[in-house]
Amino acid sequence: MGEVLVSLYVFVIAGFLGFELINKVPPTLHTPLMSGANAMSGITIIGALTLATVAEPRVSVLLGALAIVLATINVVGGFLVTDRMLATFRTRR
Amino acid sequence: MNADIIALVALVSIALFVVGLKRLSRIRTARSGNALIAGGMLLAVVLTLVEQGRIDWRWILGGLAVGSAVGILIVVRAQATQMPEIVARFNGFGGAASALVALSLFWGVVIEPVSADTAFAALGATAALTAVLSVIIGAVTMSGSVLAELKLRGTLDGSPRIPVRTLLMGLAVLTALGAGLVAIGSVDETVAMLAVIGLVIASILVGVILVVPIGGADMPVVISLLNSFSGLAAAAAGFALSNPLLIIAGTVVGAAGLILTQIMCVAMNRSLLNVMIGGFGGAVEADTSDYVSITSSDAEEAAMVLEIAESVVIVPGYGLAQARAQTAAYDVAKALQQLGVNVRFAIHPVAGRMPGHMNVVLAEAEVPYEMLFEMDQINQDLPQTDVVIVVGANDVVNPAANTQPNSPIAGMPILDVAGARRVFVIKRSLSPGYAGIKNELFDMDNTTMLFGDAKKILDELAAELQKAAKR
Repeated sequence: MGEVLVSLYVFVIAGFLGFELINKVPPTLHTPLMSGANAMSGITIIGALTLATVAEPRVSVLLGALAIVLATINVVGGFLVTDRMLATFRTRR
Repeated sequence: MNADIIALVALVSIALFVVGLKRLSRIRTARSGNALIAGGMLLAVVLTLVEQGRIDWRWILGGLAVGSAVGILIVVRAQATQMPEIVARFNGFGGAASALVALSLFWGVVIEPVSADTAFAALGATAALTAVLSVIIGAVTMSGSVLAELKLRGTLDGSPRIPVRTLLMGLAVLTALGAGLVAIGSVDETVAMLAVIGLVIASILVGVILVVPIGGADMPVVISLLNSFSGLAAAAAGFALSNPLLIIAGTVVGAAGLILTQIMCVAMNRSLLNVMIGGFGGAVEADTSDYVSITSSDAEEAAMVLEIAESVVIVPGYGLAQARAQTAAYDVAKALQQLGVNVRFAIHPVAGRMPGHMNVVLAEAEVPYEMLFEMDQINQDLPQTDVVIVVGANDVVNPAANTQPNSPIAGMPILDVAGARRVFVIKRSLSPGYAGIKNELFDMDNTTMLFGDAKKILDELAAELQKAAKR
């Protein structure tokens, strides 16, 4: 099985996994879930890190560096804001 | 580090993501779930940095530092009422980052080296095509999220119809795809570069055309759809870089966003396509006739009715969040509880501007979630309820959804408050909600309007009720 095919398998199975994981989430958690998932989509930071690797300020490196900045904002801000929301949920009971 | 070890550690990250998401979907474990996902992300980042070995760190560390600082700053400065905007903004950053990753890859592999290879040859067919997809989805997510944030802030008002929108949309999508194909199939670097720029511009336009005509009550659908897109953009970038970590995490987010989008659509009895068309899809015979028998009153009189009630249900809508009246609403609820009244909050799934918006807003006022009831849980109790207080909600309590088969909102599940003994509606004016139609509830004999600012009226109500409790 070629690499492309493996990636496709991974993609399809991950899709099913996502549906299964999120199914039947209580409405109370819709916002934090969305916000947490959003932070997770900042995983693209990993891609950015593998690209901005040389010192020379070429266009590709600058684009990669900008990608790092934006993805980091997404990840750090996303997890923090989710935690902040969930903290208000927790003070109960 | 050994490649196998690296792959194994990446697997640990994936496991953390999966377990974290599972925990994030249960109230009691949600916070730890979020922390687990964050931990998985940190592990993945550290792993990638280690894997790089000896490289120039300036860009990477600089980027990480600036990004973290900005992210923290945004969260610290955000007010609880701004949550929908903040979520939209982060979404846009994620989408833009994925597009940039693909662009950086393209520049590094195709435009900068002095070779006569097309991207197709240099990257391989799959990587080249998915890089184009990553740019398209990422840029759509970015421009769509920027517009969504502007709409949520109120900077951009209304939902203007774009003439021949479907045609424009088709053209923009085709241009983006065409430019993408030229970019990856061209030997000439200048042509390829120009095509990529065209690709980016066309994709940004697609996002604009997609979101501009959608507004108001449809925002929860848009936000969850964009959330799904940001995941799919990351997954596409994962294909382009053949990085399974990106594919898995991105796809899981994409699927989660799609489920939320679906839940929101079902809650409005509309198809995704119908929402995307904008407005209430070319409304069928909207009833905009005048109101005939409106009764209005003030907080003092309402308090007298409330204090002798046995059961009260409060229905919050976007107006409550807008007026920042959540604490005042909880004060009313607490005062009523002191009087021995059974108080509950009834939450419609699409109340507010993002999925679960009312829950977040009420949580901020520390309303215990045991007091919050979903539409399906509380609808059968509403006819036996003494008093319902509707705060800044409109279409989600309009009985026309059940009674008028021709209404644009016909068939939309609503909170059936019209059957309650008394209904108080706190609202600024009689202006229609997002659906642009008359709300029959306001005209009913058992309905009394309390016109004015929601916070002010609820504060007055709470004060009156506290007085009554002391008596």
